[in-house]
Amino acid sequence: MTVSVDTPPALTAPPPRPRAERRTRLLRGVSPYVYIAPFFTLFAAFGLFPLIYTAYVSLYRVELQTPDQMEWRGLDNYTALLSDSYFWTALRNTFSIGVLSTVPQLLMALGLAHLLNYKLRGRTFLRVAVLLPYATSVAAATLVFAQLFGRDFGLINWALGLVGFSPVDWQSGTVASQIAVSTIVTWRWTGYNALIYLAGMQSIPGELYEAAQIDGASRWRQFLHVTLPGLRPTILFTVVVSTIGATQLFGEPLLFEGSISGGISHQYQTLGLYMYEQGWGYFHLGRAAAIAWIMFVLILLLVSVNAAVARRRTRKEAGR
Amino acid sequence: MPVARAARHVAIRFGAVALAGALLAACGSSSSGSSSADGADGGKVTLTVDLFGTFGYKEAGLYAEYQKLHPNVTIKESDTENEADYWKALQTRLAGGGGLADVQGVEVGRIASVTRQQADKFEDLGALGAKDLQAQFSQSKWSAATAPDGRVLGLGTDTGPEALCYRSDLFKAAGLPTDRVELAKQWATWDGYLALGKQYAAKAPAKSHWMDSIASLYSVMVGQQKERYYDASGKLIYDSNPAVKAAWNASVKAAQDGLSAKLAQWAPEWNQAFSSGSFATIACPAWMLGYIKGQAADAGKGKWDVAALPGGAGNWGGSYLSIPKGAKHTKEAFDFIKWITAKEQQAKLFTKQGSFPSNLGAIDLVKDVKDPYFSNAPIGTVFGTAAEQAPVQVPGLRDNDVNTQITNALGEVERKGTSSDEAWSHAQKGVKNALG
Repeated sequence: MTVSVDTPPALTAPPPRPRAERRTRLLRGVSPYVYIAPFFTLFAAFGLFPLIYTAYVSLYRVELQTPDQMEWRGLDNYTALLSDSYFWTALRNTFSIGVLSTVPQLLMALGLAHLLNYKLRGRTFLRVAVLLPYATSVAAATLVFAQLFGRDFGLINWALGLVGFSPVDWQSGTVASQIAVSTIVTWRWTGYNALIYLAGMQSIPGELYEAAQIDGASRWRQFLHVTLPGLRPTILFTVVVSTIGATQLFGEPLLFEGSISGGISHQYQTLGLYMYEQGWGYFHLGRAAAIAWIMFVLILLLVSVNAAVARRRTRKEAGR
Repeated sequence: MPVARAARHVAIRFGAVALAGALLAACGSSSSGSSSADGADGGKVTLTVDLFGTFGYKEAGLYAEYQKLHPNVTIKESDTENEADYWKALQTRLAGGGGLADVQGVEVGRIASVTRQQADKFEDLGALGAKDLQAQFSQSKWSAATAPDGRVLGLGTDTGPEALCYRSDLFKAAGLPTDRVELAKQWATWDGYLALGKQYAAKAPAKSHWMDSIASLYSVMVGQQKERYYDASGKLIYDSNPAVKAAWNASVKAAQDGLSAKLAQWAPEWNQAFSSGSFATIACPAWMLGYIKGQAADAGKGKWDVAALPGGAGNWGGSYLSIPKGAKHTKEAFDFIKWITAKEQQAKLFTKQGSFPSNLGAIDLVKDVKDPYFSNAPIGTVFGTAAEQAPVQVPGLRDNDVNTQITNALGEVERKGTSSDEAWSHAQKGVKNALG
């Protein structure tokens, strides 16, 4: 990096070193901040301000239809949630749908990445193809899946019928509907995670595999003892991202049946959907804001638990 | 985490793919934002009209006609199928003050919320020149859209006199009479209707049911009441109103007798079922005729018929056209809604689409209308009589929200086999949560 100096250095006279050096040092110190400033300005406007404003709103009773009338409620919006069975249902659903979608998703992604890591013909094509579900919009994907999971005319029930099973009501059943929603999520995100794993796998030095091969380790053993340990930071990253995604899950359950209640008896209503129902279905903005904040805290908690687990494992490794 | 060269390579490629993906996704999502069209250039005005369900203006050719009369006006309609979704979006826009259309439809179940809570957010049509239109509309339709201080916030479009639509081909297959007069006699009461349903179920074609959903049965039954969820003083009475309970019980009974196709109204499966013959009857406010035509299209032509409603006349739904503050072309918008709610247009709309007029002059014009799509049923007299006899309903502040909670609970009864008592307690809990 060069810094222009305002007086051209005379050939004979020594350059005004101390001043220029101080300026350079100063600029060096400041410039990183200047470079990252746009992000933080935008973050303050579109991230921090809404966050704080949401916290402020969550202490009031505000209705979307009459936003100018605010009534102080203190922490009532929060304490009300503790005895709100819909909230607990939503929390439970978020957790179960999260597990149902994240676990198979990441396992499948690992497997896919492992396969894509081989020297295959048309590798680039396959890698792009894997990402296509992620590129489809949630709306389009969900609408197609809603048709597939239809009770009377759905392809899946038709196929089940061929094998001799009676049709499943994918919308009304608690387990069935959660499986259906999780399927959409898994379908959309598996390829995305697979490519992240693939990137991680390629950073594992080839010598390790060669050494393992010389030691007579099978492919499976190599995967277990070379690939997995090497991927640990990547896996942690995907787990964190998926956890955040699962906690905020919204589009798929909303569009699955077009119901903001998450089905007739809230059977697949997630926290995100419950927040939306409170805010934009019933127009209780204060309560919706409280749910938003609880979700935020929940995500922070989950992420720090993840991080703590990872740190403990690393320490254990180091201690070995 | 150190990034090896190969990995970086992948990352770059991955970035390119992700970018392509984002573009793809942008193409994939069908919701094209309504562009803000400026009327400034050359006196051209683009009027935006935002509606829900099936108003049928486009289908009846009314936009084309208006544009011919006013060459400087282009009308752009957007439509949301489900009214609940539409209302949500409208409320968000009203709160934010952006994205509002020049003309916004308002369902009768929401009109009380507009006049009592949001009068400031809509133009006073009286000030724009609607004062001398009052005599054209029935007293109840007009006063429901008038704020306590006299501001007129919407012009009436259709109303929802009720009848029963049925598939005469399925009736024939099940050995039931198909003549609408004969049927009206047999189902003079709801008990008669349910008894006929049992006969149908015994001999019905495979996979065909008597009715689409108990939610629509319930909605049409409470539509026969003067007071439903609120009393005249605005007090919430839904859980003590015996009429609500009676409609609930009849609906539960119908589900237990297996008369329902268990479809969720407004869901894709429900739409498909209009042509596939999954159900033989559907509670049918006048605006439903247009909906049936839209969903069943040619597959249902001549198969559907209309008969008088069991248990007397009633009203379900009906709408208003309003101009929100913040509309870009207030004056043009008013000219348009004045024209489209005039008697000639309302009469034409009924003839082509079945939406029953709220304009008194139009009601006289359509007395003899028959609908070829519905086996030439005399819809003019069927709905005309119903409109005459229907009770003047008390509009409640959150009518539609209460209705949604109750019909959701009925869905549990019919689709999950939840007991009536448990489902009713869910409905109560839901109403409390929604209104609280």
